[in-house]
Amino acid sequence: MTEKKAGMEEKIWRKAGLTDSEYELLTKHMGREPNTVELALYAQMWSEHCGYTHTRPLFKHFLTTGPRIVQGPGENAGIVDIDDNEVITFKLESHNHPSAIAPFQGAATGVGGIIRDILAMGAYPIASLNSLHFGHPGEKGHTRWLISEVIHGIGEYGNCVGVPTVGGEVRFSNAYKGNPLVNAMCVGFMGKSEIKKAIATGVGNSLMIVGNLTGRDGMGGASFASKDLEEENDDDRGAIQVGDPFMEKLLIEACLEVFQEDYVVGVQDMGAAGILSSSVETASKAGNGVEIDVALVPKREEAMRPEEVMISESQERMLLIVKKGMEDKVNKIFHKWDLHAVVIGHVTDDGMYRVLEDGRTVGEVPVWSLMDAPTYVLEGKEPAHLKETRAFKNDLVALPEDLNDVLLKLLGAPDICSKEWVYRQYDHRVQMNTVVKPGSDAAILRIKGRDKGIGITMDSNGRYCYLNPRRGAQSIVAESARNQVVSGAEPIAITDGLNFGNPEKPEVYYQLEQSILGISEACRALDTPVIGGNASLYNQTPEFGAIYPTPIIGMTGLVKSLDHVTTMEFKDKDDLVILIGETKEELGASEYLDIIHGLVSGDVPELDLELERKAQDFILHIIREGLVKSAHDLGDGGLAVALAESCIASGFGANVFLDLDMRADALLFGESQTRFMLSAGSDSAEKIIDLAAEKGLIAGVIGRVTETQDVIIRNMDEKLIEIPVEDCRDAFATGFDKLMKTD
Amino acid sequence: MNWGVLLFPGSNCAEDCFHAVDQILGKPVKYLWHKDTELGDVDAIIIPGGFSYGDHLRPGAIAHLSPAMLAVKEFAAAGGLVIGICNGFQILTESRMLPGSLLQNRGLKFLCQDQTLKVDNPDTPFTSEYDAGDVVVFPIAHNEGNYYAAPETIAEMEANGQILFRYCNADGEVSDSTNPNGSIHSIAGIINRTGNVVGMMPHPERSADIVLGLNEGKGVFVSMLKHLEANHG
Repeated sequence: MTEKKAGMEEKIWRKAGLTDSEYELLTKHMGREPNTVELALYAQMWSEHCGYTHTRPLFKHFLTTGPRIVQGPGENAGIVDIDDNEVITFKLESHNHPSAIAPFQGAATGVGGIIRDILAMGAYPIASLNSLHFGHPGEKGHTRWLISEVIHGIGEYGNCVGVPTVGGEVRFSNAYKGNPLVNAMCVGFMGKSEIKKAIATGVGNSLMIVGNLTGRDGMGGASFASKDLEEENDDDRGAIQVGDPFMEKLLIEACLEVFQEDYVVGVQDMGAAGILSSSVETASKAGNGVEIDVALVPKREEAMRPEEVMISESQERMLLIVKKGMEDKVNKIFHKWDLHAVVIGHVTDDGMYRVLEDGRTVGEVPVWSLMDAPTYVLEGKEPAHLKETRAFKNDLVALPEDLNDVLLKLLGAPDICSKEWVYRQYDHRVQMNTVVKPGSDAAILRIKGRDKGIGITMDSNGRYCYLNPRRGAQSIVAESARNQVVSGAEPIAITDGLNFGNPEKPEVYYQLEQSILGISEACRALDTPVIGGNASLYNQTPEFGAIYPTPIIGMTGLVKSLDHVTTMEFKDKDDLVILIGETKEELGASEYLDIIHGLVSGDVPELDLELERKAQDFILHIIREGLVKSAHDLGDGGLAVALAESCIASGFGANVFLDLDMRADALLFGESQTRFMLSAGSDSAEKIIDLAAEKGLIAGVIGRVTETQDVIIRNMDEKLIEIPVEDCRDAFATGFDKLMKTD
Repeated sequence: MNWGVLLFPGSNCAEDCFHAVDQILGKPVKYLWHKDTELGDVDAIIIPGGFSYGDHLRPGAIAHLSPAMLAVKEFAAAGGLVIGICNGFQILTESRMLPGSLLQNRGLKFLCQDQTLKVDNPDTPFTSEYDAGDVVVFPIAHNEGNYYAAPETIAEMEANGQILFRYCNADGEVSDSTNPNGSIHSIAGIINRTGNVVGMMPHPERSADIVLGLNEGKGVFVSMLKHLEANHG
């Protein structure tokens, strides 16, 4: 045994990231004080990142089951049924802190990590998405460097590993200036019988490590992610991992080949806290113990201490629990791919987590105690700013004189403008499944050999959640589902990425709790269970404070026939433009207020979840009936932006007549929820209006698709908007490039 | 009529090429392994795109040293049809089976987009389904697709009709502004002097399945198939 005990005077557990009470608890679990190896085990496993210490108690609110849910939270990723004995598995993960310091590697390894989660389920990774948040791109310097490097990192990794990056979002606010957000999502596909689990069953079975060598990169990444970002991050540079997408590609091929055979009882990817967390989790699930000899782990560095080997976050490694006697067969397959599978330990029956070095025990703690991270339920406090922002009234802002100019500014605004600059750096077509490309409401992938597909979305709105965490979070789930249904997909389930500031601050805890409640309520109303997710807390810096509360929703949906696939662009001249849903005089929380008036204020537009469900079911129904030619949800920038987008993406203009007695800016740019813009031939339009009336939904024909390439909007007898589509397209297409080049 | 798709570690587009032959053409196809020196009974070889050996050193630089490449050279020397797509093109230039080389895109960024191409020479086993001047859309997805060869080589290739495809706009105009990556003479795809080895950066296989919205690339595979069938009697 290592003799060096945790000296009381030094309180080295604090340096390791544990509180005094946590240290007391673990000594109680162990019946003695830990040595340095054991202390390192607890420090990592009990971090927020691994142990979900602040978020776990809140997860009980989530709906996690449903008719299509095959696997809820608790595995590497959730699984949903997409008929025909086929399933998809998906999850998202944050890589915020690494990306803040080393944006290229931070983002790249974020992509790699989530792909391995999907691989560990036994699935072939078929799509990547990402949700990125940065400071404003119009400011020179650090922010632009972060943007370029993160996007480059995602591209380099995703392109090389051969998984298409099919969608996501890039959003901007100086709330993220000191602490950008990089959340990556991956979706995998497999037959129902091919599902793997992260479980270490069978006493005597071998633990095999496959993939990369283990080095000192990514030391303590989990605990690094579980504290505030400091100014002096250079000390944490060692916590950044380095990615090798080529190795990952080989790992995918080799693992999937091994999974074809009956050699493996359990699989776990090595993410946060590396060998340690992967093996603890598999052992805990089986109720078994494990024994690992660090001397057997193939290393790329000399003289690594046992705890370094255990918690290293070197990338592109997987843990396989292999049936006793099958080790050579497994190794033979890895050898074909020029890789090695090495036995590093085995499953035991004593429930202990035992670390050996050359056969000598250097650490020994009960498996259950590592998984039993203490949880914290804190008292939240409503953030002070809400009092002021809720008091916002529309008449506090003047109606701009030139509404055409406002529309063009919004089309070129960072959150709205085309992100082609970003996604053309990503291979979004490899694997030949991409039916609907990035830049649409939802990415649609076909399932080969079937007349069906899946919809995938990733959405957030930090500003909404800042102004009303509960309704803001509800709105994101609702918007995700809207994006699915307008694309012809039936929403199935979500994975959530909870990005917040330091939860130990009561105002942040309030945001966290309210957001989780909001997600939970919307998921119940829309019948989209939460099947997994990720929490990234402590996203704040001394200089810039906490980020906006930013829950990110990754959603999948089922396209029952590829005939249902619908896109936003108008299809034929003379088609009728239909607006479903009620437009209210709501300016609060809008992109318009932010961009045009420089105000992040007001309340999030009203949201009736019951009505939302009814409207979404209706939209999906009329799409499946073949009545709809184009469909688009009304989101950032409201009606005028949605109309312009449907024109920009097509070769047509639109002539719209409205008759609502309200402020022109609220009418054009307000973000009233539960609204959809469709186009249809005249016969179909008539049916849509009738059907909507039957369902009690507000619907009206508001205009016509025109060959003349102008976007024209009149309200009553006044012409509010008249702009050539070309001007709109120019503002939309060049907006991002211009922002990145602003001096 | 057996097709082979040559598989290197890191070949991402092998399954896509396999799919194009198997599902779109409906012809027998198998994978060929980079460590093999015998390719067996194949009538056409596709070297797919991707990042063979992670593009370490230079795209294609390590792959072209693989044992299977000797067999590919023997196969081509005997007149067999070989097409290298994207990374496959890079492997063919590295192995000197095709002239020139592929430099980094002039924009210094990876570029993935649906690209209009102009058919320059339809009189080859790979392009007979097209007419000269046809404008077709194939996706591109590369970081090193900027074709370069010495001026005298280019002049010779132009004279021999070795340029199969050029980057262009929707109206078929070829100019500097329609050139996505800086390739000399806007070259997107070439053929060797003997007319049986092709390299191209755009992906015809990604433009073969109409479910994905594009299918003009299917013509490349159909052209090859017709040539094979004609020559087998």
